[in-house]
Amino acid sequence: MSKTFTLDGQPIPFSTGQTIIDAALDAGVYIPHLCHHPDYTPHGSCKLCSVIVNGRVCSACTFPAAEGQEVLSHTDELNEDRRRITQMLFVEGNHLCPGCEKSGDCKLQAVGYYLGMHDNHFVHFFSPRKLDASHPDVLLDLNRCIFCTLCVRASREKDGKDVFAISGRGINKHLIANSASGLLKDTDLEASDRAAHICPTGAILIKRTGYTTPIGARDYDHQTIAEVSLERERETHDG
Amino acid sequence: MTDKKLKIATVSLAGCFGCHMSFLDIDERIMELAEVAEFDRSPLTDIEHCGNCDIGLIEGGICNSENVHTLREFRRHCKILVAVGACAINGGLPAYRNYIPLEECLGESYLDGIGVENPQIPSDPELPLLLNKVRPIHEIVKIDYSLPGCPPSADVFWKFLTDLLAGREPVLPYELIHYD
Ligand code: SF4
Ligand code: SF4
Ligand code: FES
Repeated sequence: MSKTFTLDGQPIPFSTGQTIIDAALDAGVYIPHLCHHPDYTPHGSCKLCSVIVNGRVCSACTFPAAEGQEVLSHTDELNEDRRRITQMLFVEGNHLCPGCEKSGDCKLQAVGYYLGMHDNHFVHFFSPRKLDASHPDVLLDLNRCIFCTLCVRASREKDGKDVFAISGRGINKHLIANSASGLLKDTDLEASDRAAHICPTGAILIKRTGYTTPIGARDYDHQTIAEVSLERERETHDG
Repeated sequence: MTDKKLKIATVSLAGCFGCHMSFLDIDERIMELAEVAEFDRSPLTDIEHCGNCDIGLIEGGICNSENVHTLREFRRHCKILVAVGACAINGGLPAYRNYIPLEECLGESYLDGIGVENPQIPSDPELPLLLNKVRPIHEIVKIDYSLPGCPPSADVFWKFLTDLLAGREPVLPYELIHYD
């Protein structure tokens, strides 16, 4: 383990095959991300983890670390790009946080807070999406889906099921549930599945658990997503 | 005419006045504010039209034609225009009607709703026309700053205004940024 690259000038050790984001995480350095989780195969879709590797923009969650690489992450320009990406995610979906059970525990929101995002900048789509409340224990609200595919990967890789998939392209892209009726109640999803708990936003919620945590005690009320992510994702990663 | 107090105007468009109430939660600090600033058009003064101001605080989004005119009046007269709260920033709760066709909304309220008597869609020329969709204010005019929150806390108003009054670029610390 003597191989290192530099991240914003700081040496980061890595093992062969490790991605930049996972090596940084192990070294206690947060790189903003939404579609990435260290327990799952990288997907590289949200582009929030964009870093500059030897002068080129790359996704830290898919790019392998290499000896002597010079990586830049916390530059004003990259953080401005990340803020714009987050704003695009907000206007593309329907994120009315005051009416969302996930508020305070939501990673999309927390990334906005972390990046000092005060507004959504772009024109809102206000395009209605489906809400599937058919399952007895799990609610699926596509208005809040950011297509990170973490639920797809969790169901396939951890639960050994195939409950979710992304269908359609571009503006028509949407999450689907794998059943003949298309309804969540007819899939084999259970509330105890990893897939039911992995969603970074309020698109997948466990019913009858909303608002049990009071304001002031939610994940991101006092800690930034950088702190929470380093605490939790390093734990699950090592354990 | 000799004092150089900063002029502040405020208005609630498609909002619930919750942001104004939260602003008043600065409590006795309003005395401090009154030493350096005075209110132009605002629910606090009953002045009907916005004169030339330094700061305009807009609560609420845009749901009808009158909102559009008021917002434009504020933009013309205010050096710094501020989107205050979730509704001004992204439409907020009133924007939930954006997912239902306007005709159906009006029908439910005035024609087919439970307990409706003498069903008819209001069409008095005095009434401002509803827009097809509720819109955040930055989609209509240029906005200089946004104060997130539903509502933004009194401390958000205070931090923002004291920064501006002191000639500093306003900055909200992490604990003051909330979208809910
Ligand atoms: S999913 Fe997150 S960002 Fe979207 S409405 Fe809910 S709390 Fe807000
Ligand atoms: S439902 Fe949640 S976990 Fe699944 S793709 Fe959408 S945002 Fe990601
Ligand atoms: S976290 Fe790397 S692209 Fe989403």
